[in-house]
Amino acid sequence: MTVRTAQEALAQRPLRFLASSWPWRSLAYLFSGVLLGAVTLAVLSVLVSTGLILALGLVGLLLFVPIALSGMVVARFERWRLRLVDIEPALDPHRPPQRPGHRAWLVTRLREQATWRELGYAVVSALALWWIDLAVIFLALYLPVVGMAAPFYLPDLLTALAAVVVGVLLLPISAYPITAWAGARAALTRAVLAPRDAELGERLVEVSASRARLVDAFEVERRRIERDLHDGAQQRLVALTMTLGLARLDLPPESAAADQVGAAHEQAKAALAELRELIRGIHPKVLADRGLPAAVGDVAGRSPVPVEVDIVLPSRLPPPVELTAYFVVCEGLANIAKHSAASRARVRGRLVEDLLVVEVHDDGVGGAEPSAGSGLAGLADRVAVVDGRLFLSSPVGGATQLRVEIPCAQIGSSG
Amino acid sequence: MRADRQLRVAIAEDAVLLREGLVGLLHRFGHAVVASVADAESLVAAVEQHEPDIVVTDVRMPPGFSDEGLRAAIALRATRPALPVLVLSQYVEQTYAAELLDSGRGAGVGYLLKDRIGDVEEFVDALARVAAGGTVVDPEVVRQLLGRRRDPLLRLTPREREVLALMAEGRSNAAIARRLVVSEAAVAKHIGSLLTKLDLPPAEDDHRRVLAVLAFLRG
Repeated sequence: MTVRTAQEALAQRPLRFLASSWPWRSLAYLFSGVLLGAVTLAVLSVLVSTGLILALGLVGLLLFVPIALSGMVVARFERWRLRLVDIEPALDPHRPPQRPGHRAWLVTRLREQATWRELGYAVVSALALWWIDLAVIFLALYLPVVGMAAPFYLPDLLTALAAVVVGVLLLPISAYPITAWAGARAALTRAVLAPRDAELGERLVEVSASRARLVDAFEVERRRIERDLHDGAQQRLVALTMTLGLARLDLPPESAAADQVGAAHEQAKAALAELRELIRGIHPKVLADRGLPAAVGDVAGRSPVPVEVDIVLPSRLPPPVELTAYFVVCEGLANIAKHSAASRARVRGRLVEDLLVVEVHDDGVGGAEPSAGSGLAGLADRVAVVDGRLFLSSPVGGATQLRVEIPCAQIGSSG
Repeated sequence: MRADRQLRVAIAEDAVLLREGLVGLLHRFGHAVVASVADAESLVAAVEQHEPDIVVTDVRMPPGFSDEGLRAAIALRATRPALPVLVLSQYVEQTYAAELLDSGRGAGVGYLLKDRIGDVEEFVDALARVAAGGTVVDPEVVRQLLGRRRDPLLRLTPREREVLALMAEGRSNAAIARRLVVSEAAVAKHIGSLLTKLDLPPAEDDHRRVLAVLAFLRG
């Protein structure tokens, strides 16, 4: 297991811990903490006392803005320093200002909880934490240093040598309290200065919103391809079959030309049928026009295994949700037809709160495997894109149940 | 190749190539195209103006390229239940066909894939049947309806299933007999047998029988 923090390093076997860089990193962390804390205390003292004096003339009140924001500077150093004892970087919890300009920036910062948390941390750090850093360093290193420095103050060489040996032996032990406090302080720092779930949450929402936009873009693209094929190739093929059909009327039957034109006619019709299937696979028109129940009803009608459809929805759902659920049902029914040896199947769909739940059951032989190239893995990916989940129960020799759950709330109904 | 009865046809199809092709084809078979338009609104206006014998329309047309043609056809039949309408579609899906069949009690409607235009004689024959108040459903759509294989259908013999499919396409006993190369009496016998198996009421009238069969298939 990779060690990611000073606290985790402590749990390692002693030799391994002592040979690692963690004690030294912890020591550096505490030393820099002392430095930062002392500077913070000095600067805050100056700011606050100047502010208090000037406050008599009201001008000093302006100084409380830099005081309020000073926590941000301290926090930035603290987060940067944190990497010494915590490999995972702590992110900046501040939001970007909603409008450009210094004023908007200031308003955003002063309204944020994070700014005040950072100020609180800076105050506690200046008043207490760096003193504790100092105390821990002092207490942990006092005996080893005193021992190792013995030759400088002990006249007796033998006693001094013994003191040095004791000091060196105590040194590894002092690594423990130093690392322990460094780890505890790092945990405290992360808890206060790293973004809270809510602050992180906003970013996550933004990420999934952009993913939803991508899904919408795919959806729009599929519609465009479908429309292009429909308006272009399909119409031309229909016109072609019509022309060939008329040509057949003019040719003497049983002639060589009639045979050739007849063959061309049949081929054009076959191409038209194939193109129709292709277009339906790209973007099912009934789904777009009439919604999931109608589209699934039509797919069920084409299945060689009898399918009972029971889908009741209060209204149309967002297009990406409908499309995903539709493809799950198509794939499920196709698998049933190919592999299940089932005698009947059932598709059930309901909206539970904001969750679309669609289940495809069969009474077949089971044994469907997502990994066996059955298209189920790809289907799961497709479902994941709309934040949905796909469940499969297919015991060998038993009935197969495919269940998909897709949330309908977050995804915009555009597209 | 003159038709028995010259029809006055209104065509709505947004693809120029196809629209012109259809006009040429219908002229060739002796029908008169009184209006050929490219969108659903113009179709409704053309019907008002020309009162055609039959409307032939595409499903998908401007402005939304969704199902404007089908909706216009259904709307037209709501005000003119006797107006025959033949819808040409690129979609096998029976959803569209079912909506059309439900309009004006299913008399004088047709739902055909555009593929069928290529079989020009059959296409013109279907047009005439719809104009005469018959019901024509594309064989591909019928195949899909039969594909549902609900229990009563499993009781039919293969021959009876063939007859049922042709009935659902709107063919008369004589046409079914020609197609299956059997006597008309044999067809009548199969029909009687399959109607009994499916618990459908016997009907003398071809058209009412077709509607019963379709209603059964759509379940």
